[in-house]
Amino acid sequence: MPPTAPADPRERPVPALGGFSSAVVSLEIRRLLRNRRTVMFTVVVPVLFFLLFGLNSAYATDRVGRGNESAFIMISMALYGAVLATASGGAMVSVERLLGWSRQLRITPLAPGAYIAIKMTTSLVLGLAAVLAVYVVGLLTHKPAMPAGLWVATGAALWIGSLLFAAFGLFVGYLLPSENVMQIIGFSLMLFSFGGGLFVPLSQFSHALRVLATFTPLYGLNQLVHYPLVQGPFDWTWAANLVAWLVVFTTGAIWRFRKDTARV
Amino acid sequence: MKHTVADRNLPAAVELIGVHKRFGTVEAVRGVDLRVEPGEVVAFLGPNGAGKTTTIDMVLGLSDPTAGRVSVYGMSPRDAVRRGLISAVMQAGGLLKDLTVAETVAYTAHLFPVSRPASEVMARAGITEIAGRLVGKCSGGEQQRLRFAMALLPDPLLLLLDEPTQGMDVEGRRSFWAAIHQDAESGRTIVFATHYLEEADAYADRVVLVRRGEIVADGTAAQVKALASGRSVRATLADADEVALRSIPGVDRVEVRGSSVIVHCADSDTVARYLLTETAAKDLEVAALGLEEAFVALTGGRDAPRTPPPVKSGVRR
Repeated sequence: MPPTAPADPRERPVPALGGFSSAVVSLEIRRLLRNRRTVMFTVVVPVLFFLLFGLNSAYATDRVGRGNESAFIMISMALYGAVLATASGGAMVSVERLLGWSRQLRITPLAPGAYIAIKMTTSLVLGLAAVLAVYVVGLLTHKPAMPAGLWVATGAALWIGSLLFAAFGLFVGYLLPSENVMQIIGFSLMLFSFGGGLFVPLSQFSHALRVLATFTPLYGLNQLVHYPLVQGPFDWTWAANLVAWLVVFTTGAIWRFRKDTARV
Repeated sequence: MKHTVADRNLPAAVELIGVHKRFGTVEAVRGVDLRVEPGEVVAFLGPNGAGKTTTIDMVLGLSDPTAGRVSVYGMSPRDAVRRGLISAVMQAGGLLKDLTVAETVAYTAHLFPVSRPASEVMARAGITEIAGRLVGKCSGGEQQRLRFAMALLPDPLLLLLDEPTQGMDVEGRRSFWAAIHQDAESGRTIVFATHYLEEADAYADRVVLVRRGEIVADGTAAQVKALASGRSVRATLADADEVALRSIPGVDRVEVRGSSVIVHCADSDTVARYLLTETAAKDLEVAALGLEEAFVALTGGRDAPRTPPPVKSGVRR
């Protein structure tokens, strides 16, 4: 049996899209779902946080912009879940490098860019699950109130915005080749969430801490995704914060990625 | 391995021209020239640190040579990889523990524009029965057969195996080589690195012996054995004249042990003739060195550099 389809090796095809395919993404999602801890932390924990903090009758129905405080907290918790999902998805590269899987992939036609695209897409799917879980539970509790269009707008904005942390996860994943990278991601995101005002309103911080908080990576994104609900004056420093961190994380991820795939 | 007619139109399966590879101050590969024709089964034999893996990495496009040129079927290694022309079975790692065997094969299959059916490669690698098992729960031998199945997916023209049976038990090695051997019948070019001499002897058409980043011999297993000063002549001879024996052309080394003398040489006939006609030697024995001895002789043991290098150019086909 001749070993090759076209006789001339130069006529063999190269893959479309550098090897990116929905079939591979679905296998990656299956892997992710098999990892109970990741699913637990990204999908279940944000829902629990919402149930704990978002339903308190002391303030849940207080008016906030075009809705109420419960809706505000629901958006915060969905954002927390989404960024945890995308960061974890990005950081999977760390374990894959450790196992030599990245090296194995380099002797297949899969293009390095397509590999990153697969990781990003997989992360976004898990992120979507995290957002939907919080929003569906919010809907079922009847506590969060805001116009129907805002449920969609805020949900979509924070889901897309969470891509910022896919870049963060990739950066950290390439930087720290260790099995502990998930703990580091979890801890950093906990800090960023406090700094961004996801867990505690920034108004309760001291002045110095409040100033410091405005420079943390979740601050800008958190303010922006709440804006459709809160309304009021728009602060351009939110956008500046988001753009600055996007540049930092993306540059860092590209730098480490180049270093990793360089043929030395 | 006989070449098919179509092969004549193909460029060399692997061509290395003046390849050097330096890591900082260490020169891992020091000027390798090698041409592997389509359909050959070549063993890359050498001790640890001889530069086998470094060379294989360059053929796979995982690293670039510091100097020189590497091509695979007339194209750059990376282009050959993108077309699924090269596959490799690596020493260890390269598998995700949280996928099943079948999922790993399916995952890899999706990365190639054209691939053999998953069921077919799994059957050929003998892993059909463990298809549903998580990779993390597979033995070393099973994981190696899985790597082999993955390597078969693109139906590669060139298969590289880097110490493929490292850490396998005897039965694992036997069944792994049985699968490879069966596959080689199809005319695939196979290059494998090994430091198991018997593997090189048993499975390769051609043995390339490497030492300290250089090719020290290249030929069939028989030729390589012969190259390592091939024979030893032993005789019973009192008061042997060592100086005279050493002056015979082709004599490597003379050992005198009491009344017996052992002459290591390339040309045993001349030595035997001399001993029988010019001396009182009797009980002559002529023995060929095994590949083991050839290996030790040519690679200079593990580290001791031998000057001048024994056989630089070797026997080329």
